[in-house]
Order: sequence, then C-alpha cells, then structure tokens
Amino acid sequence: MKEYLKNTWLGIYTILVGMKVTFSHLFKPKVTIQYPDVRVQLPERARNRLYVNIDDCIGCDQCSRACPVDCITIETVKAVPGEDLGTTSNGKRKALWVTKFDIDIAKCCYCGLCVYPCPTECIWMTDIYEFSEYNRENLIYHFSNLSPEEAEQKKLNYQKFEEEKARQKAQAVANPQPKQDGGN
Amino acid sequence: MIPDKLAEFFGVNFLGYLIAAALPLFLWILPYALYAVYAERKISAFMQDRIGPNRVGPKGLFQTIADILKLIQKEDIVPSSADKPLFIAAPYVIFTGTFAAFAALPFSSIYIGSNINLGVFYILAISSFSVVGILMAGWAGNNKYSLYGAMRSVAQIVSYEVPALLAIVSAVMVIGTLNLNEISEMQTARFWNWWIFGGPLQGIQKFLLIIPMIIAFIIFFIASLAEVNRTPFDIPEAESELVAGFHTEYTGMKFAMFFLAEYGNMFVVSAISVSIFFGGWQSPFGYLGNSLGISWLVPFEQVFWFLFKGSFLVLIQMWLRWTLPRLRVDQLMTVCWKYLTPYAFVNLVLIGIITLI
Repeated sequence: MKEYLKNTWLGIYTILVGMKVTFSHLFKPKVTIQYPDVRVQLPERARNRLYVNIDDCIGCDQCSRACPVDCITIETVKAVPGEDLGTTSNGKRKALWVTKFDIDIAKCCYCGLCVYPCPTECIWMTDIYEFSEYNRENLIYHFSNLSPEEAEQKKLNYQKFEEEKARQKAQAVANPQPKQDGGN
Repeated sequence: MIPDKLAEFFGVNFLGYLIAAALPLFLWILPYALYAVYAERKISAFMQDRIGPNRVGPKGLFQTIADILKLIQKEDIVPSSADKPLFIAAPYVIFTGTFAAFAALPFSSIYIGSNINLGVFYILAISSFSVVGILMAGWAGNNKYSLYGAMRSVAQIVSYEVPALLAIVSAVMVIGTLNLNEISEMQTARFWNWWIFGGPLQGIQKFLLIIPMIIAFIIFFIASLAEVNRTPFDIPEAESELVAGFHTEYTGMKFAMFFLAEYGNMFVVSAISVSIFFGGWQSPFGYLGNSLGISWLVPFEQVFWFLFKGSFLVLIQMWLRWTLPRLRVDQLMTVCWKYLTPYAFVNLVLIGIITLI
C-alpha cells in the first residue's frame, strides 16, 4: 500500500517536473540557424571548393600528382623561344603554356593535399560551398585561360618548332658545316 | 436558442436545424483544427528550442492552409488488397463520431445543438463510436501495422473509458443533472462557483468537495488523453514502431479526415472537462456586456469563454504531448487498471459520502 501511494506520488511529481522543464524551454533562445538567410562563419582553413589562379600557374603538375582521387587534369605545352609568358607573382618565370587545367570537383574529396605542394601558391580552397549542379558535366571546372583554339595553336606552334629543330638536326647531320651560324 | 430560431426563420424544421448543426463545423472545428495543428507544431518547436513553421505567411500562419491545399490535390489511393467499402467508410465514421459529440456541447446560453437531458451520457457514448471507425480503418488497410495500431487503440480506448466514466459519474453525483447546458448555468457568477472549486454549494460541503473534484478532473483528463490517442498514450499511432498506426494506408483527404477527427476529439474531451469542471460558457468574473449594459454582447462573450477554456485545455494536452515519452502497452494497462480505476472508485465513494452530509 505504501509502495502504491509512493508510485502514484512519483508519477505525478515526475510529470510535473517534466512539464516544468519543457515550459522553461518555451522561452529559451532558439538554436536554429535559418541557413539560406543566415550563414554561420566558416572556420579558418575550412576546405571547400578549389580555386586556381591560372595567371600564377607554371604548369608543374605537382597538384595533380598529389591528388589522391585524380580529379585534377593538367596538360601543358612548352613555349617556343621568342614567346614571353611573363612571370608569376612570386617571380618564377613561366615556361609552359597550360593548355588544360580541369578539376572534376565531383570527384574531389576536399583533402587539400593539392594546396601544399604548389610552388607558386596558385591553387587553394575557397569558402564557397554552394555549387550544386543539375548536370554532372557542369562540375568539371576549366581553369585554363586559353581557349581551345588557342591551345590548338600553341600545340601546333610547338610541333612546328620541334619539326624545324628535328629538320635542322637532320640537316646538320647530313652536311656538317663547321662554320654555320645559327638561325634560320 | 439559435437552432429553434433558425427553424422558425426558414419555416422548415429540417433546413433550420441543418444549418444550425453546420455552424460549429464551419465556424469552429475547421478553423480550430487548422490552427491547432499550427499551434502544436509551434509549441513542439519552442519546447525543443527550434523555430517551427515560419515560411508560409507571417510567422508561418498559413502553413496548415498550404498543407490542407496540398492534401486536397493528392492522389486518393486505395490499396488493391484493401477491403474497399470499409476502407472508404472508416474516416467518415471516425469523423462522424467526433462531430456528433459537438451536438450536445453548450457553446453559449443561446447555442447548443441539442439541449438533451442526457448530454454527458450522449457525448461519452457517441465519442466511443470512433472506436469502430478506428478498427475499420486498421482492418481494411490490410496492413500489419494498421491492424496492430487499431487493436491497440481499441484496447486502450475501451479500457480508459472506465476511469473516465467513473470520474464523470462522481462529479455528476454532486451536480445532479446530465444536461450540459444546465450544468453550465449552475456555475454562474464567479469562478469559485465552478464545480472544480466545489460548485455553487454552501458551507462545509463546498470545501470538502474541492479535493475530490480536482482528483476527478485529473483522472478524467488523463483518461481522456488516452481516449483521443494523444501522447503519452499514443501507442496506436506510435510513429517509431507502427509507421502511423491505423491510418498508415491513407492518403490525401482521407488522411486529413483522421487529422481533423483527432483534433476535433481533443476539443470535445476538453469541452466536457470545461462544461463539467470549469464552468462551461460562464465567465470567471462577470460579463462585460452586463456591466456596459449591452445585453446582446453577453452570448458572444459566453462563446468566447467556452472556446477559450477549451482551447486552453487543448494547449495543456499539447504541452503534455511534448513532455512525456510514450507508454509501453503493459504500462498503459497498469496505469488504467491499477491506478486510475481504483482511485476513481475511492473518489466516487468519497464524493458520495460528502454529498450525503
């Protein structure tokens, strides 16, 4: 009987305690962050979408080799003598045309390993994280500043230069002239 | 009385009473259900430190209207293996049980659907009519979870009717009438004349009655929670165990009917508590209309007080829902048969002795 009354009392008492707790929560500040309207400050060094400053890129391919999921594709063409590609912002001379610099961000695992080896610090993680697309193709970002035609042209130029060089070499082998001056 | 006036006005009894019967549906049940769902979502959000619906309209006020528009557009699916006639009839049966109970609720001194002398008895009898609908819905869906939910629901409602009725009977013993309008009229003037504070009795009897009446109210309130399948007694719906209980297979407007019936039922049981224990449509401290000398205002004030008190109890039901976890089936039966029923009996005897003094 004593147990029974105690149970009754305990039941009523604990319900009232619970109701008090929930009632006090009615007036507490809300924890919801209304995302599209309000955004939380991202932590420093947060890793999101990659960005490449192609003006600084020397086409060294180190980021592509560092990538664990092979999402970076880089193609380069050597510059022919006479072409001046300028220098990067930290003074390195550029010697390669970067004809293709594609990052398939759909594959990217946001590890940030590509960021560290870059000698000119031209690839880094931005704080942009809203870049969903309806088509997967749109997630392949093209960073090269050369148009396909230009890239083709550069390739042709280099090919021509190579052929020229090979031809000269062959000529030089065929009729060696000790006192030949260089040039065309 | 409005129903008689309407019948007189149209000259045809049937038409007048039909319109009078539709009044609470269109003026109260539908808007109330819409905003009770909204209130429930807001309260649950606030209790969990969330914000709740706030996109549709200012503060999300039109959220449930948008929801109901969505439900109307939805496809009305009847499962191929369902028992078709039962499946289609069930939501209407449940809603009929709820709506029929509104017939005997005294909204005001000038509006009561049917001023019958068996008001309390009628409401308690007709609201258990929805048990049939629930069993129909659960059985006709031809789904294990629906059937489980329906069986639990029926077991629960039938068991909890015992303490609910005992609590009501113990109150009615003092009151001496089952007519809800008369019960409301008795508790006139100030709030200390409400039956929960001993009613309009005089002397020692009034003070002795206060505690048994509060106990009777609490027992009825708990039992009524179980009768309308609200948490902590929501094992028939039990989202985490039974998908959605007896209305698992329902879509679109039929699903909305279940919702409407659930919220309607919440108001009905609150309205019974209000009529019996909290003075019905009586104002707790006199009428503004009387003190200003505008006598036509008084019935509207009465409507306001009735709906206000009823909605307040509905809010307490919501508060409880977002406070307490769900009971297990055996705990459910323990609460009913081992605790509520004996207390209700003791209370009955106590009140009986007090009335004899």
